[in-house]
Amino acid sequence: MGLLRWFKRRLVVIAGLLTLGYLLLPNIVVTVFSFNNPKGRFNYEWQRFSTDAWTDPCGVADLCGSLSLSLQIAAWATLGATVLGTMIAFALVRYRFRARGAVNSLIFLPMAMPEVVMAASLLTLFLNLGAQLGFWTILIAHIMFCLSFVVTAVKARVMSMDPRLEQAAQDLYAGPLQTFLRVTLPIAAPGIAAGALLAFALSFDDFIITNFNAGSTVTFPMFVWGSAQRGTPVQINVIGTAMFLIAVLFVLAGMVISNRRNRQKA
Amino acid sequence: MATVTDAPPLAPAPAPKERPPRKRGRLTPYWLLLPGILWLVVFFALPMVYQASTSVQTGSLEDGYKVTWHFATYWDAVADYWPQFLRSIAYAGTATILCLLLGYPLAYLIAFRAGRWRNLILILVIAPFFTSFLIRTLAWKTILADSGPVVGALNTLHVLDVTSWLGVTAGDRVLATPLAVVCGLTYNFLPFMILPLYTSLERIDGRLHEAAGDLYARPFTTFRKVTFPLSMPGVVSGTLLTFIPASGDYVNADLLGSTDTRMVGNVIQTQFLRILDYPTAAALSFILMAGILAVVTLYIRKSGTEDLV
Repeated sequence: MGLLRWFKRRLVVIAGLLTLGYLLLPNIVVTVFSFNNPKGRFNYEWQRFSTDAWTDPCGVADLCGSLSLSLQIAAWATLGATVLGTMIAFALVRYRFRARGAVNSLIFLPMAMPEVVMAASLLTLFLNLGAQLGFWTILIAHIMFCLSFVVTAVKARVMSMDPRLEQAAQDLYAGPLQTFLRVTLPIAAPGIAAGALLAFALSFDDFIITNFNAGSTVTFPMFVWGSAQRGTPVQINVIGTAMFLIAVLFVLAGMVISNRRNRQKA
Repeated sequence: MATVTDAPPLAPAPAPKERPPRKRGRLTPYWLLLPGILWLVVFFALPMVYQASTSVQTGSLEDGYKVTWHFATYWDAVADYWPQFLRSIAYAGTATILCLLLGYPLAYLIAFRAGRWRNLILILVIAPFFTSFLIRTLAWKTILADSGPVVGALNTLHVLDVTSWLGVTAGDRVLATPLAVVCGLTYNFLPFMILPLYTSLERIDGRLHEAAGDLYARPFTTFRKVTFPLSMPGVVSGTLLTFIPASGDYVNADLLGSTDTRMVGNVIQTQFLRILDYPTAAALSFILMAGILAVVTLYIRKSGTEDLV
């Protein structure tokens, strides 16, 4: 009876932790199999421990080339989407203008559309225009689908901003540009940063839209897709694990810094 | 992703709607909007028009295509590929329900029961995103391998007998069956369910739970009458954010499934990139788009949450 009650009281916690396990299991497998020394071309079965892939992460042809291409595209797409998206977000929150509903739907629709539809329709556009598929078409597509996410992230932050802060700045004789640079932008910065981070992650990991519009250009997800057919090198797992660790370290460092800052303020 | 980034207001700021219109720079909003909106019009809206036009063209790759208002392409596409359409709806629907069932406890745990572990669990939910989703989907090939522990355990417990009787697995295998595809879809889109659920649960005032308890509601009644209704915005955006991408996905069906688990996305991809039958592919994609738009509109109307953006 006691055990049953203990179990009942913690049902939500147990179910939640099981879900968390389900979410993390593939990452654990990816990490463990980055130390594998597989027999055949595919890295799906455990053979024996080896650190070969970790000491030679670029040992597979084209792998690191595709990785650096993906990083470049993600960087430019983030820059483009963040600048354009932030401008739209400010216009939406701060100004009245005509056709507001149309603008809102145009921003919402890319997020409510299966990727394959956007990918296919963009390809018909490029085919009709006779555009050369490659770096530029990928970049155009990535800026397009990242834009809406940046707008929502920045909009949320700007909306929660107290407009009296800007009025105060103006009362203190700050010009419009000075107000924007020294008051508005610093307050909106966390929203812009969140939007940029999201855009980077979305662009770096995008496969479906890239697959349609890349031509023969190979980004990192395209390389992984190809290797699922030809044979999966262990180095893929090494890069997957490294990205995971770098991301977690970044977030933890950010948390430590903000904790310290809060403590200093207190 | 709509409500995910939609962080709760940090300070009780007055709504900025009541601000007086600015005297100077009446054109400023249009200049701010112009580049981004132009980008979306040219590379999102215009392609939809091109796609619609391609779907009613006839011709061949060599001689070029011409618009002939050949609507029969649509009938042929539906007649040939209705099983893939049904499968997409069934797989994506099942995955969405599973995501809700699996994701709700975790979102609830993070919002109300995690205490000082809250941030850590949130990071663990988001962190897998940073490993390419293709790599993580391939990991399911290892987890569900024929000789692996999962299939072994399911076999010993005779679960696989039941599932193959239901037709979602075949024999002793899980890989290359509908179960594997749904499992992969559920896994891939689970965070898109958890984050909006968490955002809406976190906004609920904890004192409401106390009030319900004071009024002699048992925990389950409190959940049914207070917590769940208040989390409806999260449920709505979570199910949309899971169902929409899942219905168009072809990665899971390709990597974890077989030729019997092909979804609409797979057909569109092969028609477009391998067979190069552009009108059929465009027609299929157009039908998928129309279907999704209908679902989204109905769903949002019915549940009354129109502030998704």
